[in-house]
Amino acid sequence: MDPTVGTAVDGHRGDGAPGAVRPDGASGLQVRDAVVRYGAGRRRPGFVAVDRVSLDVAPGEIVALLGPSGCGKSSLLRAVAGLEPLAAGRVLFDGEDVAGVPVHRRGFGLLFQDGQLFPHRDVAGNVGYGLEAARVPRPEREARVAALLEDVGLAGYGGRAVATLSGGERQRVALARALAPRPGLLLLDEPLSALDRRLRERLAVDVREALRASGTTAVFVTHDHDEAFTVADRVAVMDAGRILQVDAPDVLLRSPASPRVAEFLGRAPEHPPGGSRDGASRASLAVES
Amino acid sequence: MRNNKSLGTARRDVRRNTRPAAAVVAVGLLPLLAACGSGEPGDAAEEDVVTLVTHDSFAVSDEVLAAFEKTSGLTVEQVAPGDAGTLVNQLVLTKDSPLGDVVYGVDNSFASRAVDAGVFEPYQPEGLAPEVAAYAPDDLAGTLTPIDVGDVCLNLDDGWFEEHDVPPPTTLDDLTDPAYADLTVVTNPATSSPGLAFLLATVGAYGEDGFEAYWADLRDNGLKVAESWEDAYYVDFSGAGEGGQRPIALSYATSPAFTVSEDGATSSTSAMLGTCFRQVEYAGVLAGTDHPDGARQLVDFLASEPFQADVPGQMYMYPADPDVELPADWQQFAPLADEPYEVPPAQVAEHRDDWIERWTATVVG
Amino acid sequence: MDGHRRRLRRRRSGGWGPRDEAPARSGAADSADNKFRLRRRRSGGWGSRDEAPARSGAADSADNKFRLRRGAAGPAATKPRLSVRPRWATWLGWGLAAGLPLVFLGLFFAWPVTAIVAQGVLPDDGAGGRTLDLSGFAEVLGDPRTWRIVGQTLGQATAGTLLAVVLGLPGAYVLYRCRFRGRTLVRGLVTVPFVLPSVVVGVAFRTLFAPGGPLGWAGLEESFAGIVLALVFFNYAVVVRTVGGLWERLDPRAEQAARALGATPWRAFRTVTLPALGPAIASAAAVVFLFCSTAFGVVLVLGGIRYGTIETEIWVRTTQFLDLRAAAVLSVLQLVVVVAALLLGARARTRRERALHLTSERAAAHRLRLRSRPDGSDLAPAVVTAFVVLGLLALPMAGLVARSFRAPDGSWGLDNYVALGTTGGRNALSVTVWEATGNSLRTAALAALIAVVVGALVALVVSRRPRSTGARRAVGTLDALFMLPLGVSAVTVGFGFLITLDRPLGLDLDLRTAGVLVPIAQAVVAIPLVVRTVLPVLRAIDPRLREVAATLGSAPGRVLRTVDAPMGARSLGLAVGFAFAVSLGEFGATSFLARPDTATLPVVIYRLIGRPGAENYGMALAASVVLAVLTATVMMVAERLRGDRPGGEF
Repeated sequence: MDPTVGTAVDGHRGDGAPGAVRPDGASGLQVRDAVVRYGAGRRRPGFVAVDRVSLDVAPGEIVALLGPSGCGKSSLLRAVAGLEPLAAGRVLFDGEDVAGVPVHRRGFGLLFQDGQLFPHRDVAGNVGYGLEAARVPRPEREARVAALLEDVGLAGYGGRAVATLSGGERQRVALARALAPRPGLLLLDEPLSALDRRLRERLAVDVREALRASGTTAVFVTHDHDEAFTVADRVAVMDAGRILQVDAPDVLLRSPASPRVAEFLGRAPEHPPGGSRDGASRASLAVES
Repeated sequence: MRNNKSLGTARRDVRRNTRPAAAVVAVGLLPLLAACGSGEPGDAAEEDVVTLVTHDSFAVSDEVLAAFEKTSGLTVEQVAPGDAGTLVNQLVLTKDSPLGDVVYGVDNSFASRAVDAGVFEPYQPEGLAPEVAAYAPDDLAGTLTPIDVGDVCLNLDDGWFEEHDVPPPTTLDDLTDPAYADLTVVTNPATSSPGLAFLLATVGAYGEDGFEAYWADLRDNGLKVAESWEDAYYVDFSGAGEGGQRPIALSYATSPAFTVSEDGATSSTSAMLGTCFRQVEYAGVLAGTDHPDGARQLVDFLASEPFQADVPGQMYMYPADPDVELPADWQQFAPLADEPYEVPPAQVAEHRDDWIERWTATVVG
Repeated sequence: MDGHRRRLRRRRSGGWGPRDEAPARSGAADSADNKFRLRRRRSGGWGSRDEAPARSGAADSADNKFRLRRGAAGPAATKPRLSVRPRWATWLGWGLAAGLPLVFLGLFFAWPVTAIVAQGVLPDDGAGGRTLDLSGFAEVLGDPRTWRIVGQTLGQATAGTLLAVVLGLPGAYVLYRCRFRGRTLVRGLVTVPFVLPSVVVGVAFRTLFAPGGPLGWAGLEESFAGIVLALVFFNYAVVVRTVGGLWERLDPRAEQAARALGATPWRAFRTVTLPALGPAIASAAAVVFLFCSTAFGVVLVLGGIRYGTIETEIWVRTTQFLDLRAAAVLSVLQLVVVVAALLLGARARTRRERALHLTSERAAAHRLRLRSRPDGSDLAPAVVTAFVVLGLLALPMAGLVARSFRAPDGSWGLDNYVALGTTGGRNALSVTVWEATGNSLRTAALAALIAVVVGALVALVVSRRPRSTGARRAVGTLDALFMLPLGVSAVTVGFGFLITLDRPLGLDLDLRTAGVLVPIAQAVVAIPLVVRTVLPVLRAIDPRLREVAATLGSAPGRVLRTVDAPMGARSLGLAVGFAFAVSLGEFGATSFLARPDTATLPVVIYRLIGRPGAENYGMALAASVVLAVLTATVMMVAERLRGDRPGGEF
């Protein structure tokens, strides 16, 4: 429980947060004091979803944003993608401020929970979509689509209608589609949450391997510790719009920066009604790690 | 270096972004461009184009019109912005920017209003027969040229009266006789032009102060009022052969010619010539015309023998010119009334709306 | 709902403390549950894994199932193409998309209507000037007759709308959610009344209702019920098509889930399907209400002299009395009624507005089940629909068709159809009916093109949900604005054209007598239908699909082209059909503009039936049948065009 072991990033401290900001901050993703607000009007302050968050992701690194539903992690992700405007703060990529760069020119891939495949395109049409946007010549595009489909274990699925795919297959197609244009940064918003347990476990491993293999820098949003720990190099624990701690999974489990982090990771003694067995299992999980 | 590059990309991107916008503009403007393209009728020789504004019943034989165009060197464009009742109001509304050069189809129940509004430029062809000129009395004289006439009369289903052994009615007064209860259908003078003509017939017959009493009697004798002529004739009139139940219906003196038997010997319906109001249709030069000479020539043509002779066959009206020979079967099936009811156009113009309102109060309640 | 949320909060508060309560968002329930379940099952198994994964970026494990070779996938991304957002271009694009339709509407609707109303309110004082004269308001509004007419207008429009919706819902279900032989034909048939000239329909209905007619015993002549039935006859298709278009692609699983939770079929429909159909129903109801409240010919013919509506009164005041003062007041009154109806409709819509889960038609439609079965039977809706289609729609049309085959001499035959190549008995027409048919098709094609271009632009703009409240309001206003043409009298528009389009925008170009004004006038009426057909589908597209497309490098224009366009395309096919059909049947505005040599089919039908003689009457009916067949064909082709391409289902 030594706060100096974990690298807690307190939103209030802003830029100066030690450890969170890498010295070679010029490359990868840098989020500085980001604020996202909903429903703000001229008179109303609105609801603050993301509250002065700073976060760094090194090139090739996978960072998980872990937190309960409604903690602001998806909002942060959408802000990075450019889908939500920042009320304050900055998002930098490779040292350049991306404010004012529209979504489609940021070169950031995005993967939603339910895949959001284009229903009017077949599998190959989905995977090749980003390549068409980048005006990749057809032969090259077809070759790359085929290779990607093979990579996600769906070789030969190119002509299938997306309506005929299972949930797991859809997510694989969505992943291949997101990777196709070689995004500088891949943002994954609960990509596995809609799948059943066994599929999730398998796909979590697959996703990590796919990301590592392609050397893709990624931010992975999830509410599930196991998923976060499986996929990510570092995990940022988020709550109520703020990042509480960013660390490697083992460090996080060993030394939570605050009682709240510990609480979320299952260290706290109190549990929801009827959740005592969960508590036991979480305790055991903590001991094992 | 990189700055230059990103500036370049930015510029390129802007261009790429505006391309769809440009496409949108092009597609959106297409109809407008099309409008411009076809907007000007006969722009090649605009000087020689005369536009004739008519109601939707105007018709002329191709040969007759072609002959006129050939001799005059004019091209006649036709515009028909509505039916006869609507035409005058449209002319009044557009008098500052007329729809054309000549109008045909203004009738004597509306004409005075148009004349009063200053829609016309005074003109009448020279040498108009006195019988023709008589159709344009008072304020219409010298401004409008009578082209054709027709009678609005009640029609009878002769077969019905034979079958039911009832003597056919002959006068307006007969219709209030209980023997003819529930047998008559007329049309609403507020919405139909024969309806208005028949209202004027009753005003002519019973006077400005007496017509309401007559209509009250009609109403009490089971009168039916339809909103339009087609409604009254095809749905209610038994003589139309479409299952109607009433053997007395408001129509035209010429209507019996449409119910002539296969062999052409008899008609199953006849007009009650004692109930008629005479409609006169006029032509006139529209004030503000750009082609006064051409416009006058066109009016001359409408009053001339070739066109007048064409009227019965084309529009099924009587030519205003009494010297024109009529088709043989007209005297048999479609004679004009000898003494139609009349109301001076100026009086119609002044009281028309008032009469209609009084009629509505009496009949509709 | 509240109970549900409270339960959720309680559970979470155990793990997350009071701070978690603030952002209670929907969808949280699932994830919270998942979290707990998953963790419980996994205990022990996954903990140890955390140590294993190479975090240093070391070589990939050999059993990498993905085999994502570095070579193939490449080192992440070349330098992203960062450049400053050309905001003005985006604004320009949207500005044009909204501005073009506005200019169109302004020029061909708002300006003419305003001008004619202004003539009534600002009469010429004879000295070249105009003075404001509001005495008409006091006079007309003080007349009890006015309020009787307003009452009748609202009464028949409300009753007509309610009945059309109540009867249309089962129709939409049977024709779009069930499969049976002849479905396409019935769908086409249902649309026919929508475009039949009202004068013909009026006569057809009166023939049924008149004392000697087949339904003479029912006493429907000159009755409120008779008018309402005729209004339903006209508007049934609007409800069936608008609602059916959404229903056929609604994911059936939501309703199935409700059934699995123990809901009766009726309850599942009421609690799941009906709310999901809400936007389409509100759309359809708004359109039907506008049609009903501005119905003209049918009210005139069927209502006789005792029934009048604001519309018929405006017509009488304008065309017969040139009483523009009273007409202006009535127009304003009509506008108030229409705007109130639109606002109500819009409120109902926005409350229900949401992204729906749409699915493939094939998966959603099922075979018509007429026998009682445990999973529900379609008997009730099928019976209702059969009753409506046969009794209300087919009966008047059948009478019409049958009569069209009766020759003038009383025998049966094709004489009336043969006569369509002529100009009618005693030369009733200036063109043959076939020539008029050609005119109609050409005009309708142009009108449909204009309506679809303008309407699709409007639907596109209106389908957006901008972040700022002001922009959202502007979008809502735009939506309502383009509905107005349905609610304003054709006479007002037609007379407005006469006094404004002699020099449109100051150009020396008299549009009033130009042939192109006919398709434009028809397009103005068709645009609201295009918008209402396309909009629900565009709105139902999950906004995240567009977001995904953007993150994959698509500029806004390409997102429109590759996401909105193909997904909206199917409804666009239907919209084209609707626009074409409306243009084919349009009479009101056309009759003020048509030139004798370019008369359209409804105009010649009107002219034929306006002449005595069995030959002309028979021809009018035969021409109506031609118009009906044409319309049904157009609608069926439009349905075909949407097609079911592989991979193109949604």
